[in-house]
Amino acid sequence: MAISKSQTASAKPTTSRPMLSWKRREQRVAWAFVAPALLLLLIFLIAPFGLAFYLSLTDQRLVPNPNLPTRFVGLKHYLAMWQDATFVRALLNNFLFVAVVVPVQTSFALFLAVLVNQKIKAINFFRTIYFIPVVTIMAIVAVVWTFLYNPDQGIINKFIQTISFGQLGPYRWLEDPKLAFPAIMLMSIWQGVGFQMVIYLAGLQEIPGELYEAAQLDGASAWQQFRFVTLPQLRNTSIFVVISTTIMAFKLFDQVEIMTKGGPNDATVTAMLHIVNSGFRTQKVGYASALSVVFFIIVLLISLGQRIFTRSER
Amino acid sequence: MQRPAIEPTKRWQKSSRTFGIYLLMTGIALFTLFPILFMLVTAIKADESQILREMSTFAAFLPTGELSLQNFRDVFERVPFAQYLINSVIIALSIVICGLFVNSLIAYALARMQFRGQKLLLAIVVALIIIPFQAVAVPLLLIVNQLPWFDGRMTWLDSYHVQIIPFIADAFSIFLFYQFFLNIPKDIEEAALVDGASRFRMYSQIIVPLSRPVFATVAILQFLTHWGDFLWPLMVVRDPAVRPLTVGMQAFFGQMPRQWGDIMAFATMVTLPVLIIFLLFQKWFVQSVASSGVKG
Repeated sequence: MAISKSQTASAKPTTSRPMLSWKRREQRVAWAFVAPALLLLLIFLIAPFGLAFYLSLTDQRLVPNPNLPTRFVGLKHYLAMWQDATFVRALLNNFLFVAVVVPVQTSFALFLAVLVNQKIKAINFFRTIYFIPVVTIMAIVAVVWTFLYNPDQGIINKFIQTISFGQLGPYRWLEDPKLAFPAIMLMSIWQGVGFQMVIYLAGLQEIPGELYEAAQLDGASAWQQFRFVTLPQLRNTSIFVVISTTIMAFKLFDQVEIMTKGGPNDATVTAMLHIVNSGFRTQKVGYASALSVVFFIIVLLISLGQRIFTRSER
Repeated sequence: MQRPAIEPTKRWQKSSRTFGIYLLMTGIALFTLFPILFMLVTAIKADESQILREMSTFAAFLPTGELSLQNFRDVFERVPFAQYLINSVIIALSIVICGLFVNSLIAYALARMQFRGQKLLLAIVVALIIIPFQAVAVPLLLIVNQLPWFDGRMTWLDSYHVQIIPFIADAFSIFLFYQFFLNIPKDIEEAALVDGASRFRMYSQIIVPLSRPVFATVAILQFLTHWGDFLWPLMVVRDPAVRPLTVGMQAFFGQMPRQWGDIMAFATMVTLPVLIIFLLFQKWFVQSVASSGVKG
C-alpha cells in the first residue's frame, strides 16, 4: 500500500487507472470468494427461514393437491396452536427439561472440570473417559439405553433394587408417564456432560494462578477460593454453557423419537417432535411452519439473553 | 507451599483424601462407561437367551458363556449395514471437506479483502449463527422436495446430495475461520501482494498452511454434528441405498422380534470406529470442543 501511494503522488495521471482496476479486480475476486457460501446460505438457510414466516400464514401441505389450492389463513395457526394440547404439553416438557437438565448438567460439568483439573496421576485417563459419551451418536446410544431401562429385567432396575435392599422398583421406566421423561433426562445428561466439562476445563485453565496465590496468602479456604475466585472468573463460560445447554434442550428430538416417540400419553413429547409430526408425518406444512416460528422466537430470546448478560459484565 | 516435613497425621489425611478423590473419579468413570461396556459385551455373546438371562446381573458386563462374532454376521445378513456405513461416511466427509473450503474462502474475504457490502455481510453471517437448523427443517423439506437435479429428477428426496449440500455452508464455521484469520499477521501477505501474487494464491499458500488448528477444529465440530444426523435424513430419505446409519438403526430396532445381541453388534460397529479415532486424536477433539466455547 505504501508503495502504490508514493507512485500516485509522483505520477498521478498514469497510475490512477491501474489503481482503480486493481480495486475493481479486488472487488470481483472478493465476491467470487464469498459467492459459494453466500449462495448456499441463501438457498438452504435464509430462504427456508423467510419461507417459514410466509407458510405459517397459509394452509400449505407438503404435497400440493391440485384440487385444493393453498389458501391464506392469516394468524389462524398462531391462535390454534395454543388449543393444541400436544403442543402446549410439548412446550411445557421443553421448559421442564431446561429446568432440570440445565442446572444439573451444568453443575455436574463444572464439578467434573474441577475434578480433572487437578495435577494428580492418571488424570488424563479420567478426562478421556468422561469425554467418551460425546463421540457416541445419540440415535445409537438411545437404543442401548432402552435395553438398560428394560421394565422387568433391566440392569438399572436391578441396580436400584439392590442398593435399596429390594425396597424400590422394578419400575417401568419408558412406559410410565411419570418416569419416562426423567429417564430420558438422565441419559441426555450422560451423553452431554462431557462436552460442557471440556469447555469449563478450558475456562479453568485460563484463570491466572496469581489469583489463587493471593487468595491463599489471605488465608482463604479451598471452598472460599472456589466461591470467590473460580466462580466469578468463570462467569462468561458459565453463561455460555447455560445458554447453549438451554438451546440444546429446546432442540431435543433424537432420543425421544427413538425411545418413546413422545409417549406414553404425550409425557415425553417435545416441540421438535411435534413439529416433525405435524409437518412431515401429517404433512401440515403451514401449521408446522407456525410452530417453527414460535420455536425460533424462543431460541432467539434465549440467545439475546446471553448477549445481554455477557455484555453487562464488561 | 507445604513445609518439607509433614506430620504423620497430616500425611495420613492427605493420602486418604487422595484415595477419596480416586474413588469418586472411578465411580463417575463407571457411570460413564457402563452403557458402552454393556453394549460391547452383549454384542459378542452368541446366545440370545443367555443375554436375556444375564441382563440384570453383573454377568452382563463380563464376557461369559459362548462368545462369537455371530451377531455381527447376523447384522450384515439382516440389513445392508455396509451400505449404511458407506453412506454415513460419504455424507459426513463430503460435508466436512466441502465445508472447509467454502467456509474458509468466504471468511478470508471477510477478514482480509475490501469490498462493498463487507460489513453488512459480516453482520448477516453473525446473525445467522442464531438460527437453529431445526427451525427451518420443515420449509426446507418443502424446498428440496421440488428442487431439480442434474439427472432430470424434479426432487432432491432420496439422494446423497439432499443430505450434504444444505449443510456445507455453516455460519458458525465461517465465524471461527474469520476470527482465526484476523489474528494472522498481515506482513507476509503484504510481501506477496507486492510480488503480484493473486488473492487465491495468498489464501491457499499463506493462510491455509498457517491455519491448520482452525481447520482441524471446524472439521471435528462439523463431523461430530453431522456424523450422527438423524432428524433430517428421517424426513428426506426412504431408500436404503442412501440411508445413513442412524436411520438404519431405527429401522433395525423396529424389526420384531428384537434380537438384542444383533442390535448391540450394530451399535458397536457404529461406535467403535469413532471411539478409536477419538482416542488417537484426543488432543484435537478436546481442543476443538474447548474452542467452540469462546464465541459470544
